[in-house]
Amino acid sequence: MKEKEDYFMLNKELVIIGAGPAGLAAAVRAHEKGVSDILILERDDAPGGILNQCIHNGFGLHTFKEELTGPEYAGRFIDKVRELGIEIKLNTMVLDISRDKLITAVNPDDGILEIRAGAVILAMGCRERPRGALNIPGSRCAGIFTAGTAQRLVNIDGYMPGKEVVILGSGDIGLIMARRMTLEGAKVKAVVELMPYSTGLKRNIVQCLDDYGIPLLLSHTITKIGGKKRLESVTISEVDESRRPIAGTEQTIDCDTLLLSVGLLPENELSRICGVELSPVTGGAIVNESLQTSVPGVFACGNVLHVHDLVDNVSAESYLAGETAAAFLRGESSGREILIKTSGGVRYTVPAYVSPSHVTQPLEVRFRVGEVYKNSFVSVYFDGQRETHLKKRILTPGEMEQVLLRPAHFKKHSDCKEISIRVEAD
Amino acid sequence: MKTKKELTCIGCPMGCLVSVELEDGAIGEISGNSCPHGKEYAEKELTYPERTLTSTIPVDGGEIRMVPVKTALDIPKDKIFEAMAQVRKMRLTAPIEAGNTVIKNIAGTGIDIIATRTVNVGVWI
Repeated sequence: MKEKEDYFMLNKELVIIGAGPAGLAAAVRAHEKGVSDILILERDDAPGGILNQCIHNGFGLHTFKEELTGPEYAGRFIDKVRELGIEIKLNTMVLDISRDKLITAVNPDDGILEIRAGAVILAMGCRERPRGALNIPGSRCAGIFTAGTAQRLVNIDGYMPGKEVVILGSGDIGLIMARRMTLEGAKVKAVVELMPYSTGLKRNIVQCLDDYGIPLLLSHTITKIGGKKRLESVTISEVDESRRPIAGTEQTIDCDTLLLSVGLLPENELSRICGVELSPVTGGAIVNESLQTSVPGVFACGNVLHVHDLVDNVSAESYLAGETAAAFLRGESSGREILIKTSGGVRYTVPAYVSPSHVTQPLEVRFRVGEVYKNSFVSVYFDGQRETHLKKRILTPGEMEQVLLRPAHFKKHSDCKEISIRVEAD
Repeated sequence: MKTKKELTCIGCPMGCLVSVELEDGAIGEISGNSCPHGKEYAEKELTYPERTLTSTIPVDGGEIRMVPVKTALDIPKDKIFEAMAQVRKMRLTAPIEAGNTVIKNIAGTGIDIIATRTVNVGVWI
């Protein structure tokens, strides 16, 4: 039997929590930047994260200049991680991260593990909002799934969850599943969206709904669940401008399955345990330009930081986290110098803080708006002086936007106290 | 007769709204696209629409139950259900290498179906 210390205690320069697209990209870049002692902890039995069940194409146009499916996109990073010899512990659940970066995890091979890390990258991804978050009245019958659960059942486990389907919410996973269930022989009767606009990508409306004649009912919601043991029907109603159901507009749709595609939430239980300050807007950590959280040496990237539309952006963000974690391990520190103020429709920015001395190349600041804006401008002000004024044909909450803060901006405003990003009519 | 048709390009996540002028069915000026793919998409969509088809096929003796697959190139849109009927009858045996052809000439399109994930021999739990 091994000595107790060997068994329980590991020391690692960099520990990455999660082997999805964020964790894998962060690991690759950190390794390229000279960190060789890396451990990735993954709770599933294979690396790749949610991409393994996203069998559709459309990934990688930006990263690889070609259109890949989810498993192919993940495969490129998995191959790279293996090639670099970066260790991944699978079936490993992280239970605790302390402020001084002591990680407690458990798996069937090692039992309880304790790992002392020089730096930590949080890359745990996000989860779907479940039925419990929605207040839909009706019984707790079988046949109600989140769209992602249905996706896993169909694409990983090989089961069809039902035959006659209604989808609530027009998020991308719901749209993708509308097509997928149709191809597998189900009848998708409608996609019902509370808002007057879809929260999914426009191209998914075209290739997943329009191609198959599936109606998208905007400004509608589900007001009743019919059925006791198994779902038998849903009642939908039109909603008014304040999203209240309008009496008299009810119609009942017979169905055995309801899929929920009503938003994603960053999965930050571990971040909270670690004492990381979280944003009430994104549900993810508040970070600076180095993607460092409020806990020194703890970084965050990907959907655990804020929910992205595109995995290409997750990879780009995670490369940055890998790079800055490597810099931290070399002894470079980064703080919170200038707060990026948001107003006029900009709900949040990632990062929220910038240290000008760390902006040596154009810094991508990503954000979402709170409502639909047509023919408007995204502006960036440095101490009240407008430096960026980008015309946008359309801005919608469903699509993440970004602006660049350039080293030249900070050179010009060398004593900058405040940066502000807002949507303007002109 | 001159008419105008508006299409949402599916070439990338930008989803450009592309306007196509049609004169007696012939394609005229194309506008609204941000890149050459938009023009190409609009022309193809109005004459010979194609899509990539992705699906899964059950695997025996593999570490996972289902192997994800796709058409190696786009296939005509009106062949999608015929292609799916063929895909749904298939069953494969591990090992399968990502990129391997698993069905040749799907639905008579001349395009093959290829695996998009490697499946090693194993037992799924």
